[in-house]
Amino acid sequence: MTDASRNEALLVADKITRRFGGLVANQDVALTLERGKLHALLGPNGAGKSTCINMLSGDLPPSDGRILYQGRDITGLSAAERSRVGIGRSYQRTNIFPKFTVLENVRLAAQSRRQQPWRIFSQAMKLQWSIDKAMACIAEAGLAGNEGRLAGVMSHGAQRQLEIAMVLATDAQVLLLDEPLAGMGSEESAKVVEVLKRLRETRAILLVEHDMDAVFAVADTITVMVNGQVLESGPPAQIKASVAVQEAYLGQEDSFHV
Amino acid sequence: MNTTVSMAFKLAVFASLAAVPLLGESFYTELLAKTLVLAIFAMSLDLLVGFTGLVSFGHAAYFGVAAYAAALLSPEYEAANLWLVFPAAVGAAMLVAFVVGLFVLRTKGIYFIMVTLAFAQLAYFVFHDTALGGGSDGIYVNVKPSAELAGFQPFNLDNPEHLYYFVLAMLVLVYVFLARILQSPFGRVLVGIKSNEHRMQSLGYITFRYKLAAFALAGGLAGVAGFLYAVLFGFVTPELLSWHHSGNVLLTVILGGMGNLLGAVAGAFAFTAMQEVFGSWTKHWQLLMGCVIVAAVLFLPGGLSAIPGRIKRTLQGDSTHD
Repeated sequence: MTDASRNEALLVADKITRRFGGLVANQDVALTLERGKLHALLGPNGAGKSTCINMLSGDLPPSDGRILYQGRDITGLSAAERSRVGIGRSYQRTNIFPKFTVLENVRLAAQSRRQQPWRIFSQAMKLQWSIDKAMACIAEAGLAGNEGRLAGVMSHGAQRQLEIAMVLATDAQVLLLDEPLAGMGSEESAKVVEVLKRLRETRAILLVEHDMDAVFAVADTITVMVNGQVLESGPPAQIKASVAVQEAYLGQEDSFHV
Repeated sequence: MNTTVSMAFKLAVFASLAAVPLLGESFYTELLAKTLVLAIFAMSLDLLVGFTGLVSFGHAAYFGVAAYAAALLSPEYEAANLWLVFPAAVGAAMLVAFVVGLFVLRTKGIYFIMVTLAFAQLAYFVFHDTALGGGSDGIYVNVKPSAELAGFQPFNLDNPEHLYYFVLAMLVLVYVFLARILQSPFGRVLVGIKSNEHRMQSLGYITFRYKLAAFALAGGLAGVAGFLYAVLFGFVTPELLSWHHSGNVLLTVILGGMGNLLGAVAGAFAFTAMQEVFGSWTKHWQLLMGCVIVAAVLFLPGGLSAIPGRIKRTLQGDSTHD
């Protein structure tokens, strides 16, 4: 891969704002997600991280501002349409099909890339390409060997990995990951951090995460949000040294101890 | 249940159903035909309630539209052509379901239940209060449609046995059709929508279109049942579109166990049996039936279709909890 394509800006948030009545949850938030880079979004609870990711994924329309994907304005696209374009997301609260097997969860995600709803008499389990794709994504997310298990009975950590596998199966070029490490043990967490590092090589990743060690270990860029606004954005070293960030986190439950 | 046992069970049920007219009791043949019509109707609703997660409380509308289409398209003193009037009736039901679906599928949950009911009531009053449907007395279908095809008559619907087998064949066809669809990529999407619609959207599925297709399909299959009903009984009334009828078929699906096609068939048998047995005891049979349904919901949450699994688990000493 050439250097030019590695630095390609895939998703750009151009001063997006979201108001809920009188409350401004996000104000003029600007972000750029580049291929080959992992961009972490930090901030205390209520800073507006979830609102921001919801606007990027299409779950929530912005009140103001534009969202561009590869230079194209996608602000008006729904979540389903954005998924088709190449933006995939995982959710803060595990969002899977609990009664399906791991394979069927991911296969259904893969099937979304070639929808042929009129073919009502072919058998889904004979769509070999969708099964092959699912198997590959399950392996990529570190879940190989669990294909036949019921998704709902797996450990919390494994379910988070399953979410990543589902996003991968949609061929997403931009991954919006909302706290993928939440509730994981340190061993599981380390495993997923390795997965993230590998995924970053060919894609753009936005990571919302509370686990500071993990964030500073993998992030290329960190944006810190406070009260719905971007406080500081830059490489990890800059964030670590920032007085403003230190102050914003002072007295917060999840304060920095880096 | 493993596949061989399940297949053997289905064949045994089919064989016993096929043997019923041989008993020569025309009362039971007709009662059974009526039950099979309810079974088709219940399976069509199960596609929505049990597999797509859409609780429609107005499904009788599509049953009724097809039944009225059958009556209105039949000449008064001549036989209509089965091969024209049957698809036309089913098509009419499907079309109405498609149009209604465009509106109701924009709502969710309790609102969906209420709006489907509202549209069904609308359809009810169209047939009840306008000249189109012959008012509250309904319309007679004096002559049953003829199956004649280019001078050849494969069967005769005037013959109660032929009619019974025609209904039975339709039941099998609808069952196989739905079972196939549920295995298809389309069917998997519907089940995904039931499990987690929001997730399906974020995976890139425009779920509205899938739900609309399911709604129209279910309306068409309800139309198959409605058409058969009109042919079987020779008359149609607005009651076929009433909310009682919508409620009954919903109860049938719940009784049988949502999300299980054979459960819907079993539910139809249980429902008809209760109607007959309790009805022979008392005119307040609906009270008894209500008690049974409450008990079923409380003590048998998966409906009748959960029984085989329960027996199996009891036999295995209940060691395999899942």
